Amino acid sequence: LTSILQKGVAAPQFQLRADPERSVSLQEFLGKPLVIAFYPADWSPVCGEQMTLYNEVLPEFRRRGAEVVGISVDGAWCHRAFAADRKIHFLLLADFEPKGAVAKRYGAYRELDGTCERAIFVLDPRGRVYWSFCAAVDVNPGADGILDALELLDKEGR
Amino acid sequence: MTPLRTPVSDGDHIAGRQDAPVTIVEYGDYQCPYCAEAYPILEDVRRHFGQNLLFVFRHFPLVEIHPLAQTAAEAAEFAGSKGSFWEMHRLLFENQESLSPEVIHEEIKSLGLSTQELDLALANEVFGPKVRADFVNGVRSGVNGTPTVYVQGFRHDGSLEIKSLFQAVDAVLEAKSRG
Repeated sequence: LTSILQKGVAAPQFQLRADPERSVSLQEFLGKPLVIAFYPADWSPVCGEQMTLYNEVLPEFRRRGAEVVGISVDGAWCHRAFAADRKIHFLLLADFEPKGAVAKRYGAYRELDGTCERAIFVLDPRGRVYWSFCAAVDVNPGADGILDALELLDKEGR
Repeated sequence: MTPLRTPVSDGDHIAGRQDAPVTIVEYGDYQCPYCAEAYPILEDVRRHFGQNLLFVFRHFPLVEIHPLAQTAAEAAEFAGSKGSFWEMHRLLFENQESLSPEVIHEEIKSLGLSTQELDLALANEVFGPKVRADFVNGVRSGVNGTPTVYVQGFRHDGSLEIKSLFQAVDAVLEAKSRG
């Protein structure tokens, strides 16, 4: 596994396409916790797919004040088709050109495969890494670690 | 190893002896094809281990991709409130390919239960909170798709083929017999 950014580091800025017509930057998410989930590719089998799971768990993330984005090297049109097919209600960002540039800054790029790792970052409202985790590429890490981190972050903030 | 955080309790659907040495907890979705595939396999595992195995089913409906999963789960809960959970569970998985609101009605009727009463329970979401509670406690235990199976409290990340499950259950039994 690559060495991903750890707790305490300021999350690198990014500006990525969320849609063929629109791009978003990290700046826009500051002020509340952000979950950034790098994942290898759209279109893996449906019932065990990480973005599909996060989509179902979305109310639990938002109840804790957090927003979620997924990032892979798939292009914006691919993301659009995938999101429509799976009815994904959060943004999927395209780390497409230059390929994997953002993932590389987070230490979440697999040179060998040319894809992102399955790496999750929970950022605090100021944009610092609060928790990070890199899963084996073939195992969907689930959402338990993210929810635990969001609850701890919330407790520390109070 | 990802542990099961919500222990088996009286609120669960339990098949088998309470004092069985091994417990399997499945989180499943009645509209998930992989769950339907796993159904006969888990039935074989239950038959094979008999009194040595306690089996628990919890709901994990992926409602965004499976529009009937929530209704099916609530229908199973409705049947469960009348003492027919496992019969409905079987019917839902065995007839999954034709799953529809009408088929759910037929299944409820075949169990001698009232479809009017079911519709009322669905409209009032009587069993919605129970299904949602299963889903949320599953998420907290690291359920990462359907089906997810826990053998003796730990997520079974191996395949859901007979051999892999037999080995997992046998490993628990062996460890217990060594004491």
